[in-house]
Amino acid sequence: MNVVVCVKQIPDPADPGALDPDTKTLKRDTKLILDESDSYGVEMALQLVDAAGGGEVTLVSMAPNNEVGGIRTALAMGAAKAILVSDDALQGSDALGTAKVLAAAIGRAEGTDLVITGTESTDGYTGTVPQQVAELLGLPSITFANHIEIGDGKAAVHRQTEHGYDECEVPLPAVVSVTAGVVEPRYPSFKGIMAAKSKPVDELGIADLGIDAAQVGWAGAGQEIVEIEPEPEREAGEIVEDEGDAHERIVAFLDELKVL
Amino acid sequence: MSVSTIWVLAEEVDGNVSSITLEMLAKARELADTVECVFGGDASGIAATLGAHGATRVHATGDLGDSLQGVPVAAAVAAAVAAGNGPDALFLGTTYDGRDIAGRLSAKIDAPVITNVVDVSERDGKLLGIEPVFGGTLNVGTRFTSDRPQILLIRPKSFAAAEAGGGPAEVVDLAVPDTGATGTAKLLKRHTEEREGPALDDADIVVSGGRGLGEADKYAMIESLAKLLNGAAGASRAIVDAGWVPFSHQVGQTGKVVKPSVYIAAGISGATQHLVGMKGSKNIIAINKDPEAPIFSVADLGVVGDLHKVLPKLIEALESR
Repeated sequence: MNVVVCVKQIPDPADPGALDPDTKTLKRDTKLILDESDSYGVEMALQLVDAAGGGEVTLVSMAPNNEVGGIRTALAMGAAKAILVSDDALQGSDALGTAKVLAAAIGRAEGTDLVITGTESTDGYTGTVPQQVAELLGLPSITFANHIEIGDGKAAVHRQTEHGYDECEVPLPAVVSVTAGVVEPRYPSFKGIMAAKSKPVDELGIADLGIDAAQVGWAGAGQEIVEIEPEPEREAGEIVEDEGDAHERIVAFLDELKVL
Repeated sequence: MSVSTIWVLAEEVDGNVSSITLEMLAKARELADTVECVFGGDASGIAATLGAHGATRVHATGDLGDSLQGVPVAAAVAAAVAAGNGPDALFLGTTYDGRDIAGRLSAKIDAPVITNVVDVSERDGKLLGIEPVFGGTLNVGTRFTSDRPQILLIRPKSFAAAEAGGGPAEVVDLAVPDTGATGTAKLLKRHTEEREGPALDDADIVVSGGRGLGEADKYAMIESLAKLLNGAAGASRAIVDAGWVPFSHQVGQTGKVVKPSVYIAAGISGATQHLVGMKGSKNIIAINKDPEAPIFSVADLGVVGDLHKVLPKLIEALESR
């Protein structure tokens, strides 16, 4: 059972991001970490390979400046190797441009049974990359999975819905995007962290993948950011300290609003 | 060239046209002369509602059997585009199936998608979508530049639905081409949770709980308070991920967007992920131990205190009325 997991390396969300005033895109000049939304997919992949009794987990990532901070975390969790695509021409890529790169990179991993992604990244949150990758690879997909089991060459998947879940099934190979609830990601062990340092990371540019620069980056995006406006802030409200009677203030407030 | 035809993805919930469909129809009518719908299924039961909200036609695939929506609907729209019968722009809701169709279609016809859109306008002949970033503190405007059909994924509650007084939409067949290996995912069985009271995204009052509740059992307080107020119970992502409550209660970027008259947040610190889903509420009441919690920056009434003391007294006071 060979699983490819798409992982995004993002600026630490605890360290608030900023937009570059010149390019109007997210600044990515800080140290990048593994997007927490992707740690669930890495864990799911490791568990599926384990349950199958053989095979390996390969990471695929696209990032500027051959950044490997986040990839090392996922390797330390137990992934075997990584393919990293880094190229100046990729700056400004939209979701479809990103999907083209990821799909081409996934094509480099041999004997892939399953491709796992998160449902959306924490920073860009377009939520369309998994479906775009699947379409470009000509594979079926099931998105928003909160449960996956493999057997008989198929994946049995629970797909989250508005009010419950759908029991679905897909023949392999396939693309499955997983939600944060699917599994509890492990913390890398010290041994894992040490081992990760020597695991192979295949660094590629778009020419290695046969991708034309006009298809990606600013040139391929088909859209341009034309304005950035701060959202008007809400007016500051009334703050009260609870002295044992705060519930009365809440009831009075609800009364004023005539909702009781 | 301006935008003259917009197709809106119609979705159905419990046999009714979903709110987001009607919201998008209202906006599409402002922007285009011709507004039509796309529907993955048999549209005979919804054509009247779609027509009343301004759609003149609904391009329907007919029954999709046990197939998921994404692949066949995207393939059908792509075939219409290839045949020269496609729209200038397509609006889809930020829903499970909406995202699947948008992603598949985008790759199929090599067209970009503008996502998480809360407003749309036309500029220099192309559509411009506004997307909130950084927890809704900044609004980014992105305009299409290519000549491909313009695909927009629109967030619920961005526009007000409005009837236009039209007759039933004409149902026309939208042929689904052979989808090969991509179309092999199957839907076997639906599992729906029982729900009492109003739906989270329709409720006039929403009471949400977060990590400050301390343990899963304490969520019962949130449910009691919601019931007393005839509202719906919501939750932060933290306690959904922790398995305390099902995902259907989650309010935020990855959950539901709510805009009730009153939103009560108890034990929720106010991560940007959560604020994006509720800061459009008319009135916000927050209860939190930490006076520095970001939730207080959007609260009309903020109570700095222990929710385990405040909520029982509040519930008691409301019960005695």
